[in-house]
Amino acid sequence: MRKISYSEAIAEAQLQEMERDPKVFLMGLVQRDPYGSAFGQTKGISSKLGTDRVLDTPVSEQGYVGAGLGAAITGMRPVVELQFSDFITICMDQVVQQGANLRYMFGGQIKVPMVLRAPTGAYLSAAAHHSHSLESWFAYIPGIKVVLPSDAYDAKGLLISAIREDNFILYLEHKKLYDKKMEVPQESFTVPIGKAAVKREGRDLTIVAWSFMVSKALEAAEALSKEDVSAEIVDLRTVSPLDEETILKSVEKTGRLLILQEAYRHCSVATDVSALVAEKGFDLLDAPIRLITAKDVPMPFAPVLENYVLPQTEDVVREARRMLEDKG
Amino acid sequence: MDQRTAEWIYRTMYAIRVFELKVEELFAAGELPGFVHLYIGQEACAVGVCAHLKPEDYITSTHRGHGHCIAKGGKLDRMMAELYAKSTGYNKGKGGSMHLASTEDGILGANGINAAGMPLAVGAALSAKMQKNGRIAIAFFGDGASNQGTFHESINLAAAFQLPVVFVCENNQFAVGTRISETARIANIADRASAYGIPGKIADGMNALEVYEAAGRCIEKAREGEGPSILELKTWRFRAHFQGEPATYRSKKDEEAWLKKDPLNITLESLAVLNLLTQQKAKEIEGEIQEELAKAVEFARTSPAPQPEEALTDIFA
Repeated sequence: MRKISYSEAIAEAQLQEMERDPKVFLMGLVQRDPYGSAFGQTKGISSKLGTDRVLDTPVSEQGYVGAGLGAAITGMRPVVELQFSDFITICMDQVVQQGANLRYMFGGQIKVPMVLRAPTGAYLSAAAHHSHSLESWFAYIPGIKVVLPSDAYDAKGLLISAIREDNFILYLEHKKLYDKKMEVPQESFTVPIGKAAVKREGRDLTIVAWSFMVSKALEAAEALSKEDVSAEIVDLRTVSPLDEETILKSVEKTGRLLILQEAYRHCSVATDVSALVAEKGFDLLDAPIRLITAKDVPMPFAPVLENYVLPQTEDVVREARRMLEDKG
Repeated sequence: MDQRTAEWIYRTMYAIRVFELKVEELFAAGELPGFVHLYIGQEACAVGVCAHLKPEDYITSTHRGHGHCIAKGGKLDRMMAELYAKSTGYNKGKGGSMHLASTEDGILGANGINAAGMPLAVGAALSAKMQKNGRIAIAFFGDGASNQGTFHESINLAAAFQLPVVFVCENNQFAVGTRISETARIANIADRASAYGIPGKIADGMNALEVYEAAGRCIEKAREGEGPSILELKTWRFRAHFQGEPATYRSKKDEEAWLKKDPLNITLESLAVLNLLTQQKAKEIEGEIQEELAKAVEFARTSPAPQPEEALTDIFA
């Protein structure tokens, strides 16, 4: 099977859905070729399908995200891109007050079949304004689903699912994953939203992670296996709604839970998963739950500073060892 | 203007007026939860614009949306039931006054956020253009909203993409309690239109025929693919920003001058002069509307409240 990159998988998903359904269209900054979006996520689409359904917008996040919603509730299926997920702060009303509320506050009169895509995350010295991981904010809000693929295969499958679903979905792509290649089927396929996946089976502890942190968890698991520690990795894939069953099943198997999150700790998906397991999986635990998250500062520029703030593979290995020494 | 349109105009303005007066009464009596923002005094605006609209055209409205909804075909009983928080309301009791919607009538909602309807209307217009279905969208907003960032972004986007949307500003001169003259250096909001490369029109928002004429030209442009316009209607809200608010920020002098310009009287007189509506026909219409309103209140009062568990439905499709 051919290998394609995460960004190519995203472009392919959009292209195939646009070919299948004339209601699907793209909207955002520099969506059209030759640019094809900041990281190539829409490359080749306007060249192949024309520009009628690939719209380059003014730099007006409130305007074009709101317009996407207006189009979504009147028969179209927009895929709207924010150039960086940090810019979601510019259009918070559109996302939180309009998009997430429209179906419910209208008593179910309409559906909101819109995908809002954005590059997320750090580790590139992009500094304070271009490095956020904000998925927790939107996992908090009822009325929006939040999806984060950790590899090219999931990127394609989850995006196709998101486009086909009749709901408002925030799809966050990690910047460090864009050039990572793997085997991805040429044909269309879906990956279910709301279902986590065990990306590596293990016996001794469960590492729950998502997005780029799955890569770090996999690296750590490989290192740990040389010390005869077997880590199971649960890739959430969707952080809202949370796949409680898969998480609890893994904790039941291993008895130990480590949550690895790139984002800040407070009021986050990680603390959410902790509460879930403490409430519903208390008897499954042989040791306290542990969290690895970013440190509570704005994202600094210098690589040495940024690396200090963010979770690293060594942190996971160290924590895992410590957890296994903890007899509970 | 033909007689049918003239009758529709008066009928709809009268319906808005008596509906709002009834809401005022019911709200004061404690029968309606939440908050209401009454449209009394602005009837000519909604009606003069919506007279040009087809059922499949779209509108987005504001927190002061009862008038727009009625003008766009909202039924008094379903609206009243929503204000009464009943399950038979348009929004099944989940929206209330500020989020009233009937999307099958093209009413893409009242909105609790200032100027938030504007990008949505732009999206509806984009949708119509892409689907080539000939529909247009109207974004209603106020003088207060004209200072929001979404005003700028929506109009610019619609102008750049040449979308079939008309931006209708109901300038009642106050954003809650602040005068527009103190928060903008221009006398007319329509003067901002040239900044976007689109036409700006001003009309007397107290006379439905004036509104009708000005709106007609803007709407025609949109329908012919020539893009958006700003239509500014000079008007006045006869009540406070919301019911219960002591509107002490408006002088008695101002109030008295504007109250003399009751749009129902002005419109009736204009229609009479043109022989489009007799006193007798007007009385007949009024009687019909009063009966419809009484039935609407009865319907709302006797409708069931939603089941508590319904709070958990309609979140995702």
